Amino acid sequence: MTKAISVATKTRQIVKKHGGDKSAMIAVLQDIQEAFNYLPKEALKTASKAMKVPFSRVYEAATFYTAFSLKQRGKNIVKICVGTACHVRGAAALQDKFERTLGIKPGETTKDKNFTLETVNCVGACALGPVVVINTDYHGQVTMKKIDKIIDKINEGGA
Amino acid sequence: MKENSDVQAHQVMEELRLNYGPNKKFVTVCAGTGCRANGSLKVKEALEAEIKKQNMKVDVLATGCLGFCEKGPMLIIHPDKYFYQSVKVEDAPEIVSKTVAKGEVISRLFYRHPETQKTLFREEDLPFYKKQLRVVFGQNGMLDPTRLDDYLAIDGYQALAKVLSEMTPEGVINEVKKAGLRGRGGGGFHTAVKWEGVRKAHGEPKYVIANGDEGDPGAYMDRSLMEGNPHSIIEGMIIGAYAVGAHDGYIYVRNEYPLAVTHLTMAIAAAREAGLLGKNILGTKFSFDIKINKGAGAFVCGESSALFASIEGRAGEPRAKYVHAVEKGLYDKPTVLNNVETWANVPLIINKGADWYASIGTEGSKGTKIFSLVGKINNTGLVEVPMGTTLYEIIYDMGGGIPKGRKFKAVQTGGPSGGCIPESLLDIPVDFDKLYEVGSMMGSGGMIVMDDTSCMVDVARYFTSFLQEESCGKCVPCREGVRRMSDILKDICAGKGQEGDVELLEKIATGVADGSLCALGGSAPNPVLSTIKYFREEYDAHIKEHRCPAGVCKALITYSIDAEKCTGCGVCLKACPTQAISGEKKKAHTIDNNKCTRCGACIESCKFEAILVK
Repeated sequence: MTKAISVATKTRQIVKKHGGDKSAMIAVLQDIQEAFNYLPKEALKTASKAMKVPFSRVYEAATFYTAFSLKQRGKNIVKICVGTACHVRGAAALQDKFERTLGIKPGETTKDKNFTLETVNCVGACALGPVVVINTDYHGQVTMKKIDKIIDKINEGGA
Repeated sequence: MKENSDVQAHQVMEELRLNYGPNKKFVTVCAGTGCRANGSLKVKEALEAEIKKQNMKVDVLATGCLGFCEKGPMLIIHPDKYFYQSVKVEDAPEIVSKTVAKGEVISRLFYRHPETQKTLFREEDLPFYKKQLRVVFGQNGMLDPTRLDDYLAIDGYQALAKVLSEMTPEGVINEVKKAGLRGRGGGGFHTAVKWEGVRKAHGEPKYVIANGDEGDPGAYMDRSLMEGNPHSIIEGMIIGAYAVGAHDGYIYVRNEYPLAVTHLTMAIAAAREAGLLGKNILGTKFSFDIKINKGAGAFVCGESSALFASIEGRAGEPRAKYVHAVEKGLYDKPTVLNNVETWANVPLIINKGADWYASIGTEGSKGTKIFSLVGKINNTGLVEVPMGTTLYEIIYDMGGGIPKGRKFKAVQTGGPSGGCIPESLLDIPVDFDKLYEVGSMMGSGGMIVMDDTSCMVDVARYFTSFLQEESCGKCVPCREGVRRMSDILKDICAGKGQEGDVELLEKIATGVADGSLCALGGSAPNPVLSTIKYFREEYDAHIKEHRCPAGVCKALITYSIDAEKCTGCGVCLKACPTQAISGEKKKAHTIDNNKCTRCGACIESCKFEAILVK
């Protein structure tokens, strides 16, 4: 993300890319989130004006779908799959482990902005369960021991 | 009258096919999400580099999911069709110099029969595949989903050419009706009836949509089809659009499936380029195009009216369905919405004929169904079987039974709308009607196997809290009823259950099922009711005896150390995050239950299985 381009300008570009079409709302919000890693308030306001959709509608969509975040997220997004297949293979224990290790609950971001913890109701990689997706990497047959290694590796690489 | 037909269609197709011929000697590497996570793309790169190094010209195809995810990365070496499993990058040079170059086999890479230890050379010899009938899913292994020519080489778009040149729209609908195709997304509605409704409905434009919002946790066959064979879905949709008279189509894909979006996008572009999508398809008067819409993580968007709202750019809230989607669907226009797997069945019916299709399956459920066999099972993966195959055959013959010799307890089908089926019913033939009869449903085909370490009350709690989270909140019975059920189940799991809770759950369940606006609420009680029906004794153990027989519910269990098995190695002591374990080296350790949080770290770390859960 470059600072040179303001949130409002980038948002207007995104709206324009989708032809300003009201039905493109979800796609616009997805692109905004991809650009900023979350949905900044300013972007939502700009999108509302540019698409001629009441702000309440934009806010409704932004809060209805779990993929959207109104809060700034960390550099690394940890998604714990809590689908049924992962659940019966011990996903709950892994969630506890992540909460303990990172000191945050799902939906929260560490103080150093390095990690955001999220849960997903199935990532569709059930054969690998329990699964954790970190950014775009799938980790299968995850154990508590593996979690320590994964986090250490990210911390080393990111420091 | 065949208003849209044109003999030209066949000719264009022939030209396309002539341009693309398959190489005879080639290697296919499974590049489904499971195998990718296990490094299959690196194996592919290594093979390609090695082939180049040895101055050979052999294609290596990254195909879609082959189903046997447990044993990935897998590869098949053609023309001998040798099936190598659990392949590592280091194996590449040997594979190329021996098998690819000389047809010599490498014994260690073959699958061995778990009981007889016999080496099995080809896919079809494996118990996992033997009883399957992979007419839809089997194509995955024969093509690189990013290349249209691969699909054409296996007779792709032949069904479309046949439809456009030889069949009337009514003829297509009749064929699908005769085949007896029912919706693979869960409901099992007759596809032809839907199509007929839209064909006859007033109002233009008409829409055709593929539902790829595979939300049922534990199901991933739609993902594997979209990633592995996107053209089969597109071809099905074009045929459907021709049958109902639609020119605009959408594929609604889950947010969690980025690779599916990529492959579908590529496939649509390639089909357009080849004149298979867009204006005047294959030179006929028929025009149709497809857009992709990405979901944003809402389970309820798999429901038809919520899905329409989402495509229209709004929050995905369902509406009451006194007017059906076939009359008023997307933008209030007549709409066909079928599941991804349903669409992929359509070209098959046209190519092989309705009679052939209807000869597979049971009285009321025709064709095959893909199931995802996951959870506590030895051979996890995707299986495609004829309707009517028994649960026992799927779980034991293909799935290889329960790991570590544990005892089977239940199989959960139908996602959060389905139920848990006990061991006594394993002999039932799996089809739409039979599963419904036993209090579950087909759903999109997830089969989550559970053993004696899975707590059925916890499973019911899991599903109600899932549904409470995913309920859109529009109607009261679902929003409040599911929440109450969830609260009661949480209490039972926390050891705060009271006499009468089960009866109260049953009472609320009736209200939620009867009063909810859409299928999410309507079927929400199923996981609760089916577990009460078949596993009532577990509820009673939790409520009356404050005991969790499976050892799952933390408030009702304690950990201790088996002094005979414990070697005093101290590994658990280090793993424990709450310093609840103490003991001297080489002497049996003990657990302080006031400090223990039952997190499971000690169980995971102990090599001697010395931690007891009671």
